[in-house]
Amino acid sequence: MSGPSTYVPKSAIGRWFESRLPVMGLMHSSFVVYPTPKNLNYWWTFGAILSFMLVAQIVTGVVLAMHYTPNTGLAFDSVEHIMRDVNWGWMIRYLHSNGASMFFLAVYIHIARGMYYGSYKAPREILWILGVVIFLLMMATAFMGYVLPWGQMSFWGATVITNLFTAIPFVGDAITTWLWGGYSVDNPTLNRFFSLHYLLPFMIVGVVGLHVWALHVVGQNNPAGVDIKDVEKDSVPFTPHATMKDSVGIALFLMLYCWFVFFVPNYLGDPDNYIVANPMLTPPHIVPEWYFLPFYAILRAIPSKLGGVIFMFGAIVMLVLLPWLDTSRVRSAVYRPVFKILFWVFIACVVGLGYLGSQPPEGGAVLAARILTAYYFIHFLVLLPLLGLFETPKPVPASIADAVLHGGAAEPAKA
Amino acid sequence: MATSTAEPTRRDMLYIATGAATAVATGAAIWPFIAQMNPDASTLALSSTELDIGAIPEGQIVTVKWRGKPVFVRHRTKKEIEEAENVQLSQLPDPQADSARVKKPEWLVVIGICTHLGCIPLGHQGAYDGWFCPCHGSVYDTSGRIRQGPAPRNLDVPDYAFLTDTKIKIG
Amino acid sequence: MISKTSLGMIAAAMFGATLFAAPISCLAEEPAAATSHVAPIPPPQDWSFAGFFGKYDQAQLQRGFQVFREVCSNCHSADHLAFRNLAEPGGPEFSIEQVKALAAQYKIKDGPNDAGDMFERPGRPSDYWPSPFANANQARTANSGALPPDMSVLAKARGIKRGFPWFIFEALPGFAYQEQGADYIVALMNGYEDDAPKGVTLDAGQNFNHYFPGNKLMMPKPLSDGQVAYTDGAPQTLQQYAKDVSAFLMWTAEPKLDVRKKTGFRVLIVLAILAGLFYATKKRIWADVQH
Repeated sequence: MSGPSTYVPKSAIGRWFESRLPVMGLMHSSFVVYPTPKNLNYWWTFGAILSFMLVAQIVTGVVLAMHYTPNTGLAFDSVEHIMRDVNWGWMIRYLHSNGASMFFLAVYIHIARGMYYGSYKAPREILWILGVVIFLLMMATAFMGYVLPWGQMSFWGATVITNLFTAIPFVGDAITTWLWGGYSVDNPTLNRFFSLHYLLPFMIVGVVGLHVWALHVVGQNNPAGVDIKDVEKDSVPFTPHATMKDSVGIALFLMLYCWFVFFVPNYLGDPDNYIVANPMLTPPHIVPEWYFLPFYAILRAIPSKLGGVIFMFGAIVMLVLLPWLDTSRVRSAVYRPVFKILFWVFIACVVGLGYLGSQPPEGGAVLAARILTAYYFIHFLVLLPLLGLFETPKPVPASIADAVLHGGAAEPAKA
Repeated sequence: MATSTAEPTRRDMLYIATGAATAVATGAAIWPFIAQMNPDASTLALSSTELDIGAIPEGQIVTVKWRGKPVFVRHRTKKEIEEAENVQLSQLPDPQADSARVKKPEWLVVIGICTHLGCIPLGHQGAYDGWFCPCHGSVYDTSGRIRQGPAPRNLDVPDYAFLTDTKIKIG
Repeated sequence: MISKTSLGMIAAAMFGATLFAAPISCLAEEPAAATSHVAPIPPPQDWSFAGFFGKYDQAQLQRGFQVFREVCSNCHSADHLAFRNLAEPGGPEFSIEQVKALAAQYKIKDGPNDAGDMFERPGRPSDYWPSPFANANQARTANSGALPPDMSVLAKARGIKRGFPWFIFEALPGFAYQEQGADYIVALMNGYEDDAPKGVTLDAGQNFNHYFPGNKLMMPKPLSDGQVAYTDGAPQTLQQYAKDVSAFLMWTAEPKLDVRKKTGFRVLIVLAILAGLFYATKKRIWADVQH
């Protein structure tokens, strides 16, 4: 993916094959000799961690689908059958349900890393937007997957989220009925969600392919935010240097993942989802999974049905527009003292929204959510465009080698 | 980037240890994903079937389902028993005495799956009045032994036991 | 230039501080309205199956099963509990003969037979625990309109939110806690009050319980001292019954807990070794690169 390969297979059969389908050369140029900035820190291992999690979710998911039944009368029972009777079923199901959370944890870190180091800036806009597309597909996949066990939260989460579409003027009701395949969330809904939940991960794989392709065209960003100028001095070959560092990241991340799977497997879930879905009784407190909470808080903060939906999707549109909203020419927050603070304020704002999303929408929580929602949009629409005009960045190193030479990227000394 | 040649053995040892540990851990992690396709606990728990044979008249074959497969329980007539017993073993493609295939001569219990490619043979048909498989023409006798056609083996006899004179438990 | 930068930083920091002061002060006003009907947090019990090395206490599960069988199962179903489960490792581990004898005491509906009729036969280990009622409507009618919930996964379906900051600690090694459901059941068994406190009026059939959300519960006090005759010398008290049956219900909800924790322990050790090896290898590879 980084231009014509110089790879020549050693064996005659290899050369025969390579001249007909140069797949080995593609792998070699993309994942072996590919020049990697030598100053990447461990935050850059989350790309590999996410690839690992995507494969893990697909493998565990395919296995679960061998035992699961997408029928309102049988779905809950079939999940319990997996937990009790299927060989290692309990482990595979906990891997999959906690894997979704771990996938989102990793993707949020990956996104935050991109925001901190300005990885969305030219020429990486398409790379960034493909990432947002992956994020959206992940959200759709996770939402539909959560419906499948057919517990109380599955059912009422599906009801609430599909009802968002009724906010669309004129055609909203028709679209929602079409989504449901009926007049409420019921068997046709469950069955199609299962089908789509199986399909979407493979679409994610496709977009990830484009994402990696775009990455290999423009090259990786790095903590210094300057491009590779001299391959010898600024970069290391992807294998073994980056592969081994990624392996360390994956192993450490797996320890966290397995801690949840084996010791607190239900911590991230909702107890109500161990009660079989009852269309006649809404649980007192509907909460989505933790990774949707900031968006859920934005939805509830707006006192209008259509407005809430618009702002919730607008929160993601902000990410799409980010490459053009940030007017600063300096990429990395390392050299942007004010942006650095605003970045952490923004992170705190999103965490705050997440907390408020988990609280009942009463009293002060509503007002607090409104203030933080306003700030979320102000950050993108006001602060970032203005900051680029008024902020005085620190001097940016001339090259990656230069940044490394002067005490590492984190604290560059004044030249 | 300079390459160091210092301590090649210690370095190699580390690489080998890392590679080996990764291979072992990966292998261990893959096992559950293979084992999950084996019969689960609820399937294993259902592995026996009981059948009341008191009501089966002489000459009739009853088919019961055991582990998802048909089992033929045949109440053989005197003539059928004699035919089954008076066969020269040397004439058989898969030589087996009738006495080795039944617990009581009147009762033949066999799995109703043709040993060729898994179709269900039809009873009281074929040249030996045993079974005839419509898929590829295998012919079985009144002891469920293969006599003609492509099937390699006699019909299999499942594990079963007489609980009483009129009740058997298969599996 | 430096002063301009630091001015910007100070401005941004102040802005951030104000931003967060506002929502926090909003939150501070809230509790008064919400507290009146919130049930108290059930006190945490000492569970053998809690924690890193936790595993079920077999004798406790056997006693808990006795309480379930003699008391709870008169009204509650446990649809996912099969007789054979009672003999499986990591459970009460009755012998397979005991389970066969137990199952045979129950009549299981089967059929249709050759005549087309449903019939009853003695239970087998592969059968599931028979429900006390034919269907949910019958169960409601027999229980003054309230449906006794199925007990198969009940202990996992009753989570107690202890709120910030406890929810963070409950995920962490050393503090991890997943036994809120069992705590709740113990508390509920102990939480009955013969007479409703002043200001609370109960409708016909309702009972007052401190730990039930809303405090008004249709289920009458199910357990009292001396009600179930233990044979292993354990105290025959309400508290003991409540703990034993809660442990049993935790097992029916999570029958693979023992093997889960044991496997998890091994997995974490292997991963720690792998991470160490990867890190050492990575250091070696990067030794010659200034980065």
